[in-house]
Amino acid sequence: MNALHDVATEFPPQADLVRPREVESPGYWRQVRNRLSRDPVTIGAGTVLALIVLSALLAPLLAPYDPYQGSIMTRMKPVGFEGHPLGTDETGRDMLSRLLYGGRVSLLAGVAPVAAALAIGGTLGVVAGFFGGLVNTLIMRVTDVFYAFPSILLAIAICGLLGAGLVNTLISLTLVFIPPIIRISESVTTQVRAYDFVEAARASGARPMQLIRHQVLANVLGPILVYATSLVSLSIILAAGLSFLGLGVTPPTAEWGLMLNALRQAIYIDPVLAALPGAMIFVTSMCFNLISDGLRGAMDVRIRT
Amino acid sequence: MLTFVARRLLHAIPILLGVSMLVFGLVQMIPGNPIDLLLPPEAPPELIAQMTAAYGFDKPLHIQYFSWLGRTLQGDLGYSIFTGAPVARELMSALGNTFVLAVPAALLGFALGVGLGALAAFHQGTWIDKAASAFAITGVSLPHYWFAIVLVVIFSVTLNWLPAQGMGFEGLPGSFAEARSLVLPVVTLSLIPMGVVARVVRATVLEVLNQEFVATLRAKGLIDREVLLHVLKNAAPAALAVMGLQFGYLLGGSILVETVFNWPGSGNLLNLAIFRRDVPVMQATIVVLAFFFVLVNLLVDIAQAAIDPRIRR
Repeated sequence: MNALHDVATEFPPQADLVRPREVESPGYWRQVRNRLSRDPVTIGAGTVLALIVLSALLAPLLAPYDPYQGSIMTRMKPVGFEGHPLGTDETGRDMLSRLLYGGRVSLLAGVAPVAAALAIGGTLGVVAGFFGGLVNTLIMRVTDVFYAFPSILLAIAICGLLGAGLVNTLISLTLVFIPPIIRISESVTTQVRAYDFVEAARASGARPMQLIRHQVLANVLGPILVYATSLVSLSIILAAGLSFLGLGVTPPTAEWGLMLNALRQAIYIDPVLAALPGAMIFVTSMCFNLISDGLRGAMDVRIRT
Repeated sequence: MLTFVARRLLHAIPILLGVSMLVFGLVQMIPGNPIDLLLPPEAPPELIAQMTAAYGFDKPLHIQYFSWLGRTLQGDLGYSIFTGAPVARELMSALGNTFVLAVPAALLGFALGVGLGALAAFHQGTWIDKAASAFAITGVSLPHYWFAIVLVVIFSVTLNWLPAQGMGFEGLPGSFAEARSLVLPVVTLSLIPMGVVARVVRATVLEVLNQEFVATLRAKGLIDREVLLHVLKNAAPAALAVMGLQFGYLLGGSILVETVFNWPGSGNLLNLAIFRRDVPVMQATIVVLAFFFVLVNLLVDIAQAAIDPRIRR
């Protein structure tokens, strides 16, 4: 029995006016899904991204040639050349095959650091926000120090000092993304901690870990995840940028940033061919940004960075 | 206000100390002995010991750290292993060249960003909003090192209007002809701040537009242009914060664009130092760039507090 029914029984003539309609209120996630399904931009970006991811995963099946096997006979062939739909690179390797394989490394270098930073930074941020006090001061002051570096400078510094390679790229980018994720997690957790329902659960005897699991995480994961998706696009650009500088993956690995660098001198011969790897970075990063925007809107998350 | 400035200044000191420790620690993590980089592998052991002592590498780490910090604070950044020149002099001229790019890029990016963001917010939901937002998201999604190459292909290779690389002057450009080498790098660099600022300004202006005082202003009969002024003033602190960060990114992050355009700035210096394994130059460049980043953020905090007294808690 809710309050409206009480009113209705007290004042029978108005009963029809105030009786709540039997509307099934859709759950939060269903609302999110409904909003997303009515958002053509996000669906479009999601489809394109799904195709890119799939083609990268299925590269061994889809690639017409070995991405590492070149031939002097077929160097720098233009887009549309017979047998090589996207042409060939400076050592005669098939561009389509290299772009397909390159997507594997580029996507990995884009997503993995953000995922790792999400696990580490998210945990530290929630802990800092939830416990406050000395724990908070300790975690947040260290974060401030990392924050004093522009992200790309930090990535370049770490990669430059540790040496090139995929593992060092992943480590440096993870370190770059941990501080911003800590900041966001800490700030949303501090907000949630102050809500009455958390206080109520605490008063009814819930332990800190229970509170974090049931009351806090359910309310902070959404905003933190949305923020993390917005970092993936930056991570892809930075990872490819590190390879472009020669600080990321090493030749002859098929990777978009490295391919862009290798074809840089080719802009005078075949600019379209030279632009292909960069175009892939651009399209992928754009898709992640559009999806992140769509999620933010659908989940009604407001994040102040 | 003065107390706020003082507190903020005090707050910056531990951060800068932390930055110096982090950079020092990172340099210690370089694989191999730094002396091996200086001497050929067949050098006699006595010479190695002598060099190790000369550079102070035989002392405990914390002593090394404090002596390095002390020298750095006095402006002595050491000598480049590769060229033997004082690092401070190389770094100063490189930083100057980076500022020549970063300042106009920031001004261009911020002006376009504020304009686009405000335009989009005031026409929310219309095609103007959609076009402006699409432009902004493109700005943040573009790998700018790639866009730089695309610009070179169009304006240097195909049209032959602008130089493809290099800095056609020293210090500041003296004439329009000399300033031509600035155009492509500045346009490239301005893209990211343009996109980021436009998105933040749009979101903040929308938030302000929904506040009651805007309805009051309209009810009082103010015309759109007057309302706009009030709204922008309220959106300014958030926009300023982002601009500060973005300016810092332009200083520290121009390394990719400087590489493409072969621009003799601090990013290029750092890149060269990394490949030459020139530790003093690396260390100094990173510390000085981080110092500027902290300084810019400090100035932004103070500017925010000056505009919005609520921040001075």
